[in-house]
This record gives sequence, structure tokens and C-alpha cells, in this order.
Amino acid sequence: MSTTIAGVFFVLSLVLFVALAYRYFGDYLYRVVSGTRHSAVERLVYRLVGVNPAGEQSWPVYARSVFAFSLLSLLFLYGFTRLQSKLPLSLGLPGMSPHQGWNTAASFVTNTNWQSYAGESTLGHLVQMSGLAVQNFVSAAVGIAVSVALVRGFARSRTQALGNFWVDLTRITLRVLLPVAVVGAIVLIAGGVVQNLSGGTDVSTVAGGTQHIPGGPVASQEVIKELGTNGGGFYNANSAHPFENPTPWTNWIEIFLILLIPFSMPRVFGRMVGDRRQGHAILAVMAVLAVASVILVNTFELLHNGTVPHAVDAAFEGKEVRFGISDSATFVAATTLTSAGAVNSFPDSYTALGGMVPMVNMMLGEVAPGGVGSGLYGILMLAVITVFVAGLMVGRTPEYLGKKISAREIKFASLYFLITPAVVLIGMAVAMATKNRETMLNVGPHGFSEVLYAFTSAANNNGSAFAGITVNDQWWDTATGLCMVIGRFLPMVFVLALAGSLARQRPVPASAGTLPTHRPLFIGLVVGVVVVLIALTFLPVLALGPLAEGL
Amino acid sequence: MTAVAPSVEAPRQIGGGLLDPRQLWKSLPDALRKLNPATLWRNPVMFIVELGALFTTALSIQDSSTFAWLITVWLWLTVIFANLAEAVAEGRGKAQAATLRRARQETVARRLVDWAPGQSAPREETVDAVELRQNDVVVVEAGQVIPGDGDVVEGVASVDESAITGESAPVIRESGGDRSAVTGGTRVLSDRIVVKITQKPGESFIDRMIGLVEGASRQKTPNEIALNILLAALSIIFLLAVITLQPVAIFSKAFQGAAPNTLTINEHGVTGIVLVSLLVALIPTTIGALLSAIGIAGMDRLVQRNVLATSGRAVEAAGDVNTLLLDKTGTITLGNRQATEFLPVGGVEASELADAAQLSSLADQTPEGRSIVVLAKNRHGLRERDEGVVPSAEFVPFTAETRMSGVDLPGDGATPDRRIRKGAAAAVMRWVRENGGHPTEEVGGVVDGISATGGTPLVVAEHVAGQPARALGVVHLKDVVKAGMRQRFDAMRRMGIRTIMITGDNPLTARAIAEEAGVDDFLAEAKPEDKLALIRREQEGGRLVAMTGDGTNDAPALAQADVGVSMNTGTSAAKEAGNMVDLDSDPTKLIEIVEIGKQLLITRGALTTFSIANDIAKYFAIIPAMFAVVYPTLDGLNIMRLSSPESAITSAIIFNALVIVALIPLALRGVRYRPSSASSLLGRNLLIYGLGGIAAPFAGIKVLDIAIVQFIPGIS
Repeated sequence: MSTTIAGVFFVLSLVLFVALAYRYFGDYLYRVVSGTRHSAVERLVYRLVGVNPAGEQSWPVYARSVFAFSLLSLLFLYGFTRLQSKLPLSLGLPGMSPHQGWNTAASFVTNTNWQSYAGESTLGHLVQMSGLAVQNFVSAAVGIAVSVALVRGFARSRTQALGNFWVDLTRITLRVLLPVAVVGAIVLIAGGVVQNLSGGTDVSTVAGGTQHIPGGPVASQEVIKELGTNGGGFYNANSAHPFENPTPWTNWIEIFLILLIPFSMPRVFGRMVGDRRQGHAILAVMAVLAVASVILVNTFELLHNGTVPHAVDAAFEGKEVRFGISDSATFVAATTLTSAGAVNSFPDSYTALGGMVPMVNMMLGEVAPGGVGSGLYGILMLAVITVFVAGLMVGRTPEYLGKKISAREIKFASLYFLITPAVVLIGMAVAMATKNRETMLNVGPHGFSEVLYAFTSAANNNGSAFAGITVNDQWWDTATGLCMVIGRFLPMVFVLALAGSLARQRPVPASAGTLPTHRPLFIGLVVGVVVVLIALTFLPVLALGPLAEGL
Repeated sequence: MTAVAPSVEAPRQIGGGLLDPRQLWKSLPDALRKLNPATLWRNPVMFIVELGALFTTALSIQDSSTFAWLITVWLWLTVIFANLAEAVAEGRGKAQAATLRRARQETVARRLVDWAPGQSAPREETVDAVELRQNDVVVVEAGQVIPGDGDVVEGVASVDESAITGESAPVIRESGGDRSAVTGGTRVLSDRIVVKITQKPGESFIDRMIGLVEGASRQKTPNEIALNILLAALSIIFLLAVITLQPVAIFSKAFQGAAPNTLTINEHGVTGIVLVSLLVALIPTTIGALLSAIGIAGMDRLVQRNVLATSGRAVEAAGDVNTLLLDKTGTITLGNRQATEFLPVGGVEASELADAAQLSSLADQTPEGRSIVVLAKNRHGLRERDEGVVPSAEFVPFTAETRMSGVDLPGDGATPDRRIRKGAAAAVMRWVRENGGHPTEEVGGVVDGISATGGTPLVVAEHVAGQPARALGVVHLKDVVKAGMRQRFDAMRRMGIRTIMITGDNPLTARAIAEEAGVDDFLAEAKPEDKLALIRREQEGGRLVAMTGDGTNDAPALAQADVGVSMNTGTSAAKEAGNMVDLDSDPTKLIEIVEIGKQLLITRGALTTFSIANDIAKYFAIIPAMFAVVYPTLDGLNIMRLSSPESAITSAIIFNALVIVALIPLALRGVRYRPSSASSLLGRNLLIYGLGGIAAPFAGIKVLDIAIVQFIPGIS
């Protein structure tokens, strides 16, 4: 039982620090995104990019800016991976194939960080540092910027202006992500994460053979991988690799970094709309779902139901002994509840139901707390749908924070919540209907889980892998790349369109007849809508995968 | 509108909308007609069900089995039940429209050519009523039917409007003022009036009413459109979930090669019948089936209360109203000042004051005067004396100059001459002084006290021959607030609606009445333009405003308000400007209109919640039924322990269809609505329709399985 108690302490300490972060880091984030002053560096950036930081954008302009920036990033990163062999610090590695280059570029620009390659044997230091790591920063900043634009839609009235994407992007990168990353990297280096530009060391092993120990700028990339809920590991083994995540306490730090921004965003929301209780309510929805999920994964793994786990008295397969069951399970829950997708153990080796929970976490649309920014806008879109149904039940045209949720708003919210499940289901079905399913490692329901997980992870921009399945052939690279791009940018259009529509409205003053959106009843209702409307959509396919295997 | 025919005066059914089973039967042909895909596609959810039913019909013909036919029949029934709901809702309107059509008789109009005000003998020509144009002038005499909507420009007449209002008592219509509007199809009972036609041909009030009650001009309301979008999105997701399941099912069946082929799954995957069943079970059929019936029934409930809304949008807006503007007179108060108290001064007995006041009011036929007589009788048992009882009494009428009225009673030897006066304090006190009296400060105190509470003080004084005149006391006249208004306003407040009283009174009086009635705010000394400004101000703050009005000068405000209810007695200008007409001309009805609007939205929300919550049980019925034969562990999901896969699926589909029929009465009647705060409404409705929606299908499907379906040959 001591492992259980240790696990409980591990989770409770995380909860405590995340709660503190919500309060203080959330306030800091709020000041960053709502401030009016520009630092000298920022002014220089604006001058170089050629934007007027005082000029605000309407939603189409904001959306176009997001897409222009992301398209440029995509092309740049694609070129980078393809031309690697001609660049310095390539460690003699060749360029990527076209489909893998596309997949990698799509993956990092969409904040998915799905890796169809093995980092240490595919990419040199330059691409890792100035290609992938840069995207780790800016793709995270894009997500936060879009969520802030949506919140401005709620907070503002009778305006077209949703803020300036370039200003949001620059500030979030320079004032939030960079400073925290620098501090975090130093902490991780202190914990034993490597940071060098070495091409690797060849050592003689005890058995007499030689082994290549790859080095590299790991800590600097590791920290933003977690902080920006990116998840793309320097090494193929991701956070299970001792150079990325050496000890249980760096494991704690990494989970904390994953949760830091997503759980702070509701505070930004509450502050910006001028009612902190609204932020608390959104936080509560996220927390209920997250805590339930963490408890479930831990329970399934610690109860180690199944033949092999029974034989060895633990569901230890595929988990690092230095973390143990609980710290691994909690990591996996955290990484799929957010859009991080970093892993310190692989769900393929989990118990069937234990492996299903991370899948469900992603299927929910990653809203508890979700990716940086994307989690907040995801849950707000679901809250809009909840408000609509619940609002009708109190006998008024539904309104959320004084903004009416009428046909136009519900159209955008509906389209938003349609996209990701559609992409998951269609991708999965095409793979299962064609020979492409044959790259799965296992057979039967477990093999199917591998396919389902892959598309769930890609479409929801998570990037974690169930493992087992081989996904780096041309079809898989192309298909998952498409899923990632559609799953990221199409919903953003609807988020920004909704923001534009909300911002134009004149707010309706609250009265006793207004549905209160900060009470436990409403919190429970959002949780219910998330579970019934979304999770149940996937029940049929889950039945043929993990449920068939695990019941 | 239960009583459209002039002769029938049935009590109005306020709860309204109880379903007569015969209506279901009568509407069946309409329901079948609605199966036409060209019209059904407007309802995406039911359209999907119909396509599914067509598909399973083809499959059943191809590969016949009891199970396949059973599912097919119930899928068709699902669509028919949905159509039935709509047909029943429309059917009620159609009956009313038929009665109205009878009122729209072919009439002949006597058009006046070159009519001008005051002209004695204009040229007259006879034309068909349908040929009348706007601004034509017609003459109508006793016994004739008014050929079109218009305003009386000359004369006064009593008019029988029972054809549209159901009210058999005739009403007076006269030129000028706010009672000048007449409606085509109504009959002049006495006298002669000249009417200027205001309608365009074919757009008369009755035409509009017919269109409205028939639902011909029914357009989807904003919230209905929004809800339809959500339902369509849900349907698409479930469609995808079902279609994409097939490759996985084929893969799973192939993996478990030893699993037998059954009616639910074979080597080609899940059978078409079962796939369609899963889809129909998951898409929100309940709300999809009842959505339009709810909207039609909502309008119908208004019509039953004799309110005509020109658009469904207005009914919905009524539910959203934040501010109610209510005219004081006739809405909040009874309409006239009434005596409520006798306040004697200078040691005079209250009964003595009452007696004097009564004597002085015997000839006073104003409502105030009558109320004094009534109060004297009620408080002091003073029987009403006819004017003749005091034979020699000489009554002094009220004049604007003296500002008092009274009575002179000549002496008969035993009693001296006695004169009594009542009136405005200043006038009566001057009269007292003129007749040798020295009024004390006391009277002034009482008068000021009454004024301060918004009442009207009426001082009563007497002068007996040979003695100095003296003030007897003060009669307190005040506006009497209608019974129950305070409770209604409290209810409004709980619903989050602010009530504002509009009055021409001075601020002091207005405040007192506002406090007594319990309204939230008041607008005193209100002129029409003040009303308009107030509405604009409220709307600036994002609020929706509802008001009633009847006069032409109300028209701009009625047009500006989000919900403008004009009185049927009002002018055509007012009726045109508002978006609802109350045929009973009862301004208090605004409150009911708001409640109907809310009830409409609540019914939609509640049934949507119910529909979505239903899905949980259906998953647990159908998923194990589909796949337990492939993966026996999935029988663990069969928590209802249904007897066989076929029985489980059939029971789910039958439940799905029956629940539509079961909820038709609720859709037509609307869910129970009690004014309360949003929180408590939500809590209550979630409990009933959310938790109920989760629990009901578990019970229903299980019961169907045990009781019927498992005994059908070929199912168990």
C-alpha cells in the first residue's frame, strides 16, 4: 500500500501547487495579455514584423494572421527537416522523407508533437533547437492567443476588435513562455537532464560491445515541451528516457509544467470578464474531470487486472521502475488531459481499461484542462452548448456572461464540437477499412486500440502514442498530418468567428431570471454535457477496443 | 379563441392544450401526408429516420425476418408519430381558422366618392369588399357588416365584434380618440358610421388571424433555428459514429472468426437493420419530433388567451423580456379613485362625518361620489338613501369654479337649515371661513398626510343655520390597486423582470401607488415621448422591453418596444405598431404573455435535455446487443439484462417511438411553469427532465423487453 500512499501524496502535492499557480500565475498571465505597455524588445519585434501594436484586429483579420503565421511556420519547418543534411549540427543525419517532413512540420506547428520519427536517430541539434523548439514556443503561444481572443469576445461589447494577434503572440512568448522555460530548464539540469551540443559518446558496455549515448540540448527543449503542452521528446522514448526525465522529482516538475498554464487560463478568463467566479466555475469543471481521470487510471493500474499483471503482481510492463506505477499513471493522465502528449510510459502496455482512460481524456476534446489556450477555448465552446440547452430550460434566450447564444453562436459552437470527433472517426474508419490497419502490432481489440488511439491523439493535437503501431509509412504520415492540421485550425476558425459574434453584441444585464453560470449546478451540467454528448459518441468504438478487452 | 362563433361563450381554457385522443385519429391523414420527403427534409432529424426506414424496408424485403420487419414498422411509426404531433398541433389552429373564415363573408361595400369631413351628401357607389383600397371611405349602417379594417372618421355606432373576440357584448366605436378602429367582418348594430379603410386588399385583420392560427405564416423562431442547428450537428456526429463503426465491426468479426453469424452481425459487419436502429436510437428523435409542435402549441396557447401575435419571434421575445412597462390606470389600479376612509376632525364622530359625506354625495354620479356612498354603507351601515328620500334637499353640483359640491337641506321647524359641502381642501376651508367658522390646524394636518401618501383629500364641512360653519373631517380618496398585483409583481421580480408603472399623476402620487402595488419603478407625469425615451434607455442597456398601449400616441412606443401588445379597442395605428393584439383589451395580460413565452422556451429545453439523456440507456441496450456475440465480455454492458440481442434492439426502438406519443400532450400543453428564479427553475427541470430522461428509458426498455418483445416469435 505504500506505493498507493506515495501516489496519493504525489497527486495531492500537484493539486496544491496547481491551485497556487491558478491564483498567482493566472493573475500574471492576465496582466500580460491585458497590459497596454510594450517593452523595448517587443517594440523592436513589432517594427521588424511591421505591425502597429496599437491596431486591433477583427475576427477575420485575427484568423488570417493566425493562419498566415502558421502556414509560414509549416513551410519553414518542412524545409528545415528536408534540408537537414546541408545544415550545420546535423550530426551527419540525412533529411527527412517528404511525408515524414510533412508529418513533423504539421505536428509541431499544430502543437500536437506527434512523432513519427525517433528523435535521436533522425534529427540533428540545429533542427531540434531552431526548428522544433521554436515551434514548441510559438505554437503554444498561438493557442493561448486564440483563447484570449475568444475571452475578449465575451468581455467586450459592441466592437469588432479582438486584440492584435502579433502582439498577443509576442507577449506570450517573451513574457510568459521564455522566462518560465529558462528557470525550468535550469531546474531540470539540476535534476540531471542533459544540456550540451555533443554528437554523442560511444562507450563500451559491460558485455563488451559499444553503445552510442546521444547527447544534445535536451533540458532547454524538455522544459518547453511540457510548459507549452507540446510533448515532442528529444529522444524517442520521450519522458521515459533518463536524460529527459531522470528522477521522480523531475517527473513531478514535468507534470507540474504541463498543468501550469492550462489550469491558470480559467483565471485569466475570470479576470478578463470581470467575474472571478466564472473562472472558478470553469476551473471546477476541468478539475472534476481531471481528478476523476487521474483516479481512474491509477485505480486500473494499481488493481492490475489481467493475466500478466496478476502473475507479476503489478501492471509494471512498459513502466519505468524509477517512477513506479502511480507516478507513471498520473503522468499519462496529465499528458492526455492536456494536449501535451509527452509520456513517461506507454499506454499500449497499460491494462486495457487503464489505457482507455487516456483515450477518453483526449476524446473529450482535451478540455480538462486541455492544451495551453486550446483547453480554455474548448471548454468554453462546450459551456456555450451547455448554456444553450440549460438556458432554454429557464425560459429565456440562453445567454452566457450577458451574451446571447442565438442561432449564429450555436452554429459556430456546433461546428466546433463536430470537427474533432468527425476527424477521429473518419480517420480511424479509413485505416480500419484499408490495408493500412495492418501496421498495428497487436491483433484484435488491442490492435484496434492502437489505431483508434493514433487518430484520437492526432486529431486532438495531443501527440502521445499508444505505441505498438508503426505509423511512419507514407499513408500514416500523410493521414495523421492531415488530421492534426484539420483538428487544429478548423476549430480555431469557429472559435474566432464566435468571438467576433460575441464581441459585437450588447450585453444583457444579469437578473434573477439569468442562468447563473458559476454555481455547482452549472458546473455539474457542463461535466454532464461533456460526458454524455462527447464521451458516449465514442462508446461504440471503445466497446470494440479497450472495453472488449478489459471487461 | 375557444369561442369564435358569436353565440358560443365557452369558458376560456387557461391551462389549455389537453389532448383529445380523437384528435390523434383525426390528424392521422395529415400525418401520413407529411411523410413526403419534400416537406420532411425541413426537419433533419426526422428526415434521417425516414431515410433509415426506407433503407430497412428495402433490406426487409430482400432478407425477410420478423426482427427486420418489426424494426422497419416501428421506424415508420416513429416518423408518423412525429408528424402526428405536428398535425395535431396544427389541427387545433385549423378548426379556429374555419370559424374565422365564416366571419369573412363576401360583403358589399358602399364606397363614398369625394368624401370630405362634414360633407352632408357625398356620392355613393356599391363595390365588392375585396376591391376596396387603402384610404377608400365607406359608410356602414345598422345591420351591415363592416367591409374592411379601418378607422371611424364620422359618427358613432355600437359594433358586434364577437366574430373576432368571442365577446358577445357590443362595443362602441366612434370617430376621433382611441376607440376609432373597426375590424372587417364585424357588424354594426346601431347608428351609422363612416369608415376610412386602412388595410391593404387581402391583408385584413381576419386574413392575418387565419394565417396565424393555421400556421400558414409560421416561420421558425430564432431559438427554434438555433436548436435545429444543434440537433442537426448532433445527428451528424451520431451518423458518423454509426457509419465509421462498420469497418471496425468487420475487423472484429473477422478476428473472432468462430463467432456465429446472427441477425445483428455477420461477416459483412453489423447488419443494416441494426445500424439504422443504433442511429435512430442515438439521434435526438424525441425533441426532433416534437420541436415544431411545441412552437405551434405555444402560439396556440396565446390564441386561447385571445392574444394574436404577428410572429413567433414576438412570443419568444416575450420570454426574454427584462422590463415591463405597465400603465397605471386599468392595469395596476382599478381605474378610478375610491373613498377608503373617513377621517373626522374636532371631536366629530366618524359616523357623523360619514352621514354628511353620504348626504352630499347622493346626487354625485361620479365614481368618486358613488364610492363615498358605498363606503358609508360598508363602514357605518348607512343605508343608501335615494335622492327622493330627502324631498326638499337641493343638490349643489360640482363646478370648476367652486371646486366643491354639496347639498342644502332646508329646516322643518324642529331642525334648522343645514348646508353640507365637500371638495378640495382650500375651497372648502374658504367656504367655512366665509360662513363664520374658524378651522383648526387639525384639518390641514390630515389633508397633508393624505396628500403625502399619494391620496386625494376631500374635505367635508357643514353649516347649520345660526352656528359658525365647521369642518367635519376628510374623506380619503385613493387609487385602489387591483387585488393580487403585488404578488404578481413579486413573481415578476423572482423571474428577473423589472416592472415600471407609467402614469400621468404627479411624482408624489405615483410614488405612493408604486410602493403600494410593489412595482420596481415608475414614470410620473408621463407623456408619450417620455415613454419612448424610457424604452430607448432600457434598450440601450441591453434590456428587452414589453408594453401595452391603445392610443395612436402609443404607436411609436409600441413599435419601439420588443413586445408591444396593443388593445383591440385601440386605434389601427396602435394595432399596426405593436406585434401582438389582445382581443380582450386587458392590459394585465402582458404578464401572462411573458409567462407563455417562457413556458415555450422551457418546454423546448426540457425536451431537448430529456432526449439527450435518453441516449445513455439506449447505448447500454444496443451496444452489447450488437457485439456481445463477437466479444462475450461486452455482455457486461448489458446492465438491463435484456433477454436477447433482437429483443434489446426492438425494445429500444419501440420505446423511442412510444415516448414521442407519450410526450405529445406535454409538448402541446407546455411544461409546468411557476414563476421563480433561474436557479430553481433549472434545478427543478434538470431533476425531472435530466434525471428522468436518464431513468425513464432504462425502465421503459426493460418493461417492453419483459412484457412483450421477448415473447414475439423470432425475437427471443
